[in-house]
Amino acid sequence: MEKMPRWADIILIPLISLLLAAFLSALVILAIGESPLNALDLMIKGALMRSAGWGYTLYYATNFIFTGLAVAVAFHARLFNIGGEGQAMLGGLGVALVCLYIPWPHWSLALVGASVGGAVFGALWAFLPGWLQARRGSHIVITTIMFNFMAAALLNYVLVNLLRPKGSMDPATAKFPEATHLPTFHDMFSTTETVLFRGSPANVTFFVALLACVAVWLLIWRTRLGYEIRSFGQSETAARYAGIAPGRIIVVAMLISGALAGMMSVNTSMGEAERLVLNSVEGAGFIGIAVALMGRNHPFGIVLAALLFGFLYQGGAELAFWTSIPRELIIVIQALVILFTGALDNMVRIPLERLFVALRREGS
Amino acid sequence: MTGSGQTTAGAAPAPAIELRGISKAFGPVQANRDISISVMPGTIHGIIGENGAGKSTLMSILYGFYKADKGEIFIQGRRTLIPDSQAAIAAGIGMVFQHFKLVENFSVLENIVLGAEDGALLKGSLAKARSDLLHLAQEYELKIDPDALIEKLSVGHQQRVEILKALYRQAEILILDEPTGVLTPSEADQLFRILDRLRDEGKTIIIITHKLREIIDYTDTVSVMRQGEMTATVKTADTSPEHLAELMVGRKVLLRVDKVPAKPGDTVLEIDNLKVIDEKGVERVKGISLDIRAGEILGLAGVAGNGQSELLDVLGGIRSGTGSIRVNGTSLPLSGARCSGQHRRAQGIAHVPEDRQREGLIMNFAAWENAVFGYHHDPNYQSGLFMDQTALRDTSEGHIDRFDIRPPIANLAAGRFSGGNQQKIVLAREIERNPDLLLVGQPTRGVDIGAIEFIHQQIVRLRDQGKAILLVSVELEEILSLSDRVAVMFDGQIMGTRITADTDEKELGLMMAGMKAKAA
Repeated sequence: MEKMPRWADIILIPLISLLLAAFLSALVILAIGESPLNALDLMIKGALMRSAGWGYTLYYATNFIFTGLAVAVAFHARLFNIGGEGQAMLGGLGVALVCLYIPWPHWSLALVGASVGGAVFGALWAFLPGWLQARRGSHIVITTIMFNFMAAALLNYVLVNLLRPKGSMDPATAKFPEATHLPTFHDMFSTTETVLFRGSPANVTFFVALLACVAVWLLIWRTRLGYEIRSFGQSETAARYAGIAPGRIIVVAMLISGALAGMMSVNTSMGEAERLVLNSVEGAGFIGIAVALMGRNHPFGIVLAALLFGFLYQGGAELAFWTSIPRELIIVIQALVILFTGALDNMVRIPLERLFVALRREGS
Repeated sequence: MTGSGQTTAGAAPAPAIELRGISKAFGPVQANRDISISVMPGTIHGIIGENGAGKSTLMSILYGFYKADKGEIFIQGRRTLIPDSQAAIAAGIGMVFQHFKLVENFSVLENIVLGAEDGALLKGSLAKARSDLLHLAQEYELKIDPDALIEKLSVGHQQRVEILKALYRQAEILILDEPTGVLTPSEADQLFRILDRLRDEGKTIIIITHKLREIIDYTDTVSVMRQGEMTATVKTADTSPEHLAELMVGRKVLLRVDKVPAKPGDTVLEIDNLKVIDEKGVERVKGISLDIRAGEILGLAGVAGNGQSELLDVLGGIRSGTGSIRVNGTSLPLSGARCSGQHRRAQGIAHVPEDRQREGLIMNFAAWENAVFGYHHDPNYQSGLFMDQTALRDTSEGHIDRFDIRPPIANLAAGRFSGGNQQKIVLAREIERNPDLLLVGQPTRGVDIGAIEFIHQQIVRLRDQGKAILLVSVELEEILSLSDRVAVMFDGQIMGTRITADTDEKELGLMMAGMKAKAA
């Protein structure tokens, strides 16, 4: 017998966690002498009430969907890939090389090419930690976090020494060619009468992210590989009994995970900056962990959680812009959400489970 | 006090430990039923019984891990309550578990002091412990380097540390659970020399074991447990291994399985000089040879942990080994990528593993997902890029129907079925593939009585279809009622093979305990 109904697990617990985080954030905002209600109002107006705000929210959400999916796929194989950050950075390199050195006739082909480039580079960066785990038992948490630092150093070197255009002071690549520029929501949805998403970075990559969600769902719950990944994640001894090679599953799951993280850079580098800059990932790899946790490693949940974090990112930027609430406080609020929805999950879950058990006893 | 420990002159001393009417149930299972024993000080007392006889439960009650439902405990003549292990230690009981409870990267001294420090600062208690330890080492000839790290010590020495730990806490009664299970023969000899010495110094020692030889050679008195009851307590000098084996195995009527005599055909499985070394480098299977013919059930009897599991694992492709295994004349790879469950299944070998919850099933998967576990590469279950959901569900529905799996809900997670029905899910999956060779480990462990008969019938039915079956079970009754031939495994070796009709529990019991039986 399950301790509580599914809807409580999927909806109620994250909601309560979120409210707790919001309440604590309100206290923090009060403590620095600002009005929490005013702050909330600003965040909602800034992130959700104007189409340009939505444009930012969806842009951030696109990043988080990719990194959230990356964490989720690995997690189904009981692997905790916290190297999404580094894999996304390397993915950016892949995207940049594809965009800069292949003469694309049209953005749609370039999008496919860049997605493949980002995925391949991200996957390669995840391959070594996966291989080390499979062959040597080196713990994936340790190796992936080390690989994040190595990715940052590598990208720094490549941008400064190899890809930086002559005479530029900026550690970034040259602007990608015109043909690779992706249509933004502004291009796609504005008509001559109404202008939508003006100046916001959301672009066609959002739909690639949604496609990735469908693909991950099919992979995990409909394919043989997904079946093997879930089997291995649930019980390594059972997987061995069934003839599923643990090493192969670890490596393959990490490759897919890294590929998804790498694809995030299509959104940032190709869709937004239109060149590769040094800090394009901006912590999205880590947010992906919270997104996957909150989304219960299910693509649908990940979309919802990614939207929430997109809102927090954009709303937070608005707060910093319009109030004296410092930018750092936004990070505190985001951290509180991560803390409550991720790390402190059991704090809400256990009392709630007791409540449901008690209710059922009363009912029967 | 003398070695015999039976003080008869003058007023009889109070028993060191006495149990009166101890009962303990776990749900419907009566693990201990009205158990009474008394052990005199300065003796070595053995408790012997098969797996699941209730020995460990009894000792857990003595050490405060479980609370008895009924009954009383007397220590040195005083009624004593033991609600937790602290109380047991205070009452002078020391326990040496089968699996040691030592901190691997601490020194001997630190381990001994752990939990018995006097105050927050370690220095004083360590110095005191060092002198106490030297004293103990001299008194009982328990030599050990106090500064050695546990992880560097041999298993035998680690056990010594456990004993010293108990003595350091002033234990008067020392309980050892299967103390020789992990020891080499010479380490075991050393252990018993130490125990002899402790006994001569007046300590009371209780050994829980299933090895007849140790009981006969080293104990003063022995109690036999069977199915939760204490069936006898006798002086070791007055008994014999044959008598103990009989008491241990019992004379209960077998659960008869309806079966016609076997009609063995060609040899299906040939094992030749198979050796298996486990992860710790211990040789668990020591060069065994066996063969099984079509249409017969070979029962592999033995006390758990004598290499049967490892043998099954190699046959099932889960573990690697050396030697040769041939199925229908084809040699099986015993190491490398092709030594895998998938490859074995392709060779017509089906495997019902010993532990259905950890191996045979994914407990969080629905019954229909488990219905093809291990056979998920079969193209019949594939449609295009995806697994064919309809085919999977149809397969599962068929299993549920033909094996009477209840509740008949393919969508239910495996973990929500009862033990018997979980086993039926596994059995259905393996038998319905129509294998040439079926490996079955502990088919009825933790299975309700109602399902046992059904499971046995299915195994016999497969035999009658001319398939070869290897049955591994620690239940001697099960072996005797199902198998056509019985092989007994002890310490990684086959002690002998008998036609089931020509042997009895007594003979097999002796072989299981490592005694070479007289020629049958």
